[in-house]
Amino acid sequence: MNIEATHLTVSSSPHAHTKNTTAVIMRDVCIALLPALIAAIYFFGWRALTLTMVSVAGCVFFEWGYRRLMKKDCTVGDFSAVVTGMLIALVCPVSLPYWTILIADLFAIVLVKQLFGGIGMNIVNPALAARAFLFSWPSLMSGSWVAPGTRISVFSPSLDGLTAATPLGSLAENALPPESLLDLFLGRVGGSMGEVSAAALLLGGAYLLIRKVISPRIPLAYLGTVAVLAVLFPRGGNDCFDWMLYQLLSGGVLIGAIFMATDYATSPVTYAGQIVYGVGCGVLTILFRYFGSYVEGVTYAILIMNCCVGFFDKLGIPRRFGLVKQKKGGAEK
Amino acid sequence: MAPFFFGGVHPRGYKELSCEAPILPIKPKIVSIAMSQHIGRPCAPLVSVGDIVTVGQKIGDGDGLCVPVHASVSGKVIAVEPRPTPSGTEGLCVVIENDMQDTLCPDIHKRDSVAELTPEELTAIIREAGITGMGGAGFPTSVKISSGMGKVDTVIVNGAECEPYITSDDRLMREAPEKIAGGIRIIQKILQPERTALGIEKNKGKAIASMRAALPEDMELLELRVRYPQGAEKQLIQTVTGRQVPPGGLPAAVGCAVFNVATCKAVYDAVYEGMPLVRRAVTVTGKAIARPSNFLAPIGTPYADLIEAAGGFACEPYKILCGGPMMGIAQHSLDCGTIKGNNALTCFAQEDNHEVETPHCIRCGKCVGVCPMRLMPLQLNKAVQRSDLAALDKGNVMDCIECGSCAYICPAGIPLVQSFRTAKKLLRDEQAKQKAKEAVK
Repeated sequence: MNIEATHLTVSSSPHAHTKNTTAVIMRDVCIALLPALIAAIYFFGWRALTLTMVSVAGCVFFEWGYRRLMKKDCTVGDFSAVVTGMLIALVCPVSLPYWTILIADLFAIVLVKQLFGGIGMNIVNPALAARAFLFSWPSLMSGSWVAPGTRISVFSPSLDGLTAATPLGSLAENALPPESLLDLFLGRVGGSMGEVSAAALLLGGAYLLIRKVISPRIPLAYLGTVAVLAVLFPRGGNDCFDWMLYQLLSGGVLIGAIFMATDYATSPVTYAGQIVYGVGCGVLTILFRYFGSYVEGVTYAILIMNCCVGFFDKLGIPRRFGLVKQKKGGAEK
Repeated sequence: MAPFFFGGVHPRGYKELSCEAPILPIKPKIVSIAMSQHIGRPCAPLVSVGDIVTVGQKIGDGDGLCVPVHASVSGKVIAVEPRPTPSGTEGLCVVIENDMQDTLCPDIHKRDSVAELTPEELTAIIREAGITGMGGAGFPTSVKISSGMGKVDTVIVNGAECEPYITSDDRLMREAPEKIAGGIRIIQKILQPERTALGIEKNKGKAIASMRAALPEDMELLELRVRYPQGAEKQLIQTVTGRQVPPGGLPAAVGCAVFNVATCKAVYDAVYEGMPLVRRAVTVTGKAIARPSNFLAPIGTPYADLIEAAGGFACEPYKILCGGPMMGIAQHSLDCGTIKGNNALTCFAQEDNHEVETPHCIRCGKCVGVCPMRLMPLQLNKAVQRSDLAALDKGNVMDCIECGSCAYICPAGIPLVQSFRTAKKLLRDEQAKQKAKEAVK
């Protein structure tokens, strides 16, 4: 009988760990983004897939290259660069040239993420910062929306005559878009390739909730605030509920509330902080949409709120255990 | 049901490995009995090499916060020297060679009736029997009882057994429910509480049925939510009464006293059988063990004997834990003897290794959500890395009960509990320094 133990490991408790490691969580986020990617391929053709693949490859390469160059441990295995790559592609128009998305990848991974210390240390969301950065080429980002169903070449997109209006553009002019709510829900509209299909994004969100990758606090606070403000202040004499539904289903508010605002590194960790943060994102989104010069406010709303996370965390510090009025203590007995 | 405790996690139980294995007696060739089995001062040995001892004979005792230890087998004392103990350090041990006769100490007498014994006499019996908390921490039970007299309105009996793998309390509740109930009755007689409640996690259906049949009408049986650390003292009090033990305070501050089921059984044995605490139920389990089992092990039984009795190793062991995976202490030697608070020996195989070389916090905040003491583990960990004592103090790191929920849930695999142990030591050292400075002034 074997009772020999020659190579025992001694370490501090606990000795059991969850199977949901960082890599598993990030993989779950990738899985949750698949419906949106599939919808993008369905509506915009195979270029949606190639653009996403280029972006993912770029992010992973820049992450690997930077860590290697700086002689730091390789963090490619945690899949966070894959998530960033997918997100960057999904918030861009399908007509974006490959070189542009690679610049965005470089900006997101090196400047926004790694220079601040890598995973978990960045102040703002890399994918959103990259999107804001890409507005340096406004003609590529928002001057060339491709109408859904238009197949454009995988290799050399010709942008001539492809410009379609987006629902958000109509809303910015205080008019309800010509598309039906069902079109918006399914994604038969112009816009960034991963943003158009609300159904696909909600499906991904449901997956994240079931897998407990995210809690409903931030998305609900965010979307709830947008909904309430839209109902209270409809514009252009439109029915307040129609106006609200169009606000929720247009543009990037769903992908923002489900995938961007919930980014761990750039959102608060306390429950109360998360609610205040979500509400803040919602208020800023409506303010940008109503009064901003860009039609979309989600990117800047979330980026601004990212910068206030340290403050929100302090708001929600849980009350110390044991500092409650005792219902009945032995001391009074 | 009553209020829940905050946070917590749900690690896989693995109790099926050993929960159907009855508690079997085991006869080790030698026992190595540590003189420090409890929180407080170690005992001074009362025997020397060459002495012949009998089962239940007192072999060590001391003053102050100290309870005696007894010989767990009969035979000859072959050594009184420092030996490895489960705490990881060496400690003075009395080593007895077992003559396999189980000769009882002549001082041990059964009591037919306990009705005429006063609370003080009963507490003295419990002290002389060397009973300490058997759930793990090892606080002397007699001290807990006497400090709770007049303050306690609720006696809580802990049968939660929330640590994964461990089944010794489960088996005890199935096999000796009357003795546990009898022990609770004695504690009740001493403390005179208004309410007595036994809490068992819902996943132990057979233990619940067995205890329900044995408990008298005036004792409640609460089926508890299966969630770690349900059996932690402060969390169990919160679940049963809704009260929160104040920071740095003892359960008596909120009118509660908590006793483990195995401790209650030991109280019964001491009062009715006259038998001191010389044996305890130990689960020997884990993927590296050939036949996961439960044993009634004499105190001091070497770990090697327990493992041999459980069929030896099924594969190369990776870690051996005194206790369970959440709070157990990793062992480096199989020569350690079983101690009174030793409910299990969990042996991990290499596949249980989840160590991460360079963990990176991703700020997911899961640690904040699971902390039953409502701390902010990720912020505290950053403060430890900066050696920021002020932030650690302000973050109440001293409140940490080291349950391991945060480090369990951490996706990055950051050794948070280890970090907080370091922090507590830093803070204690700093406070000692301050005191020394003030003393000089």
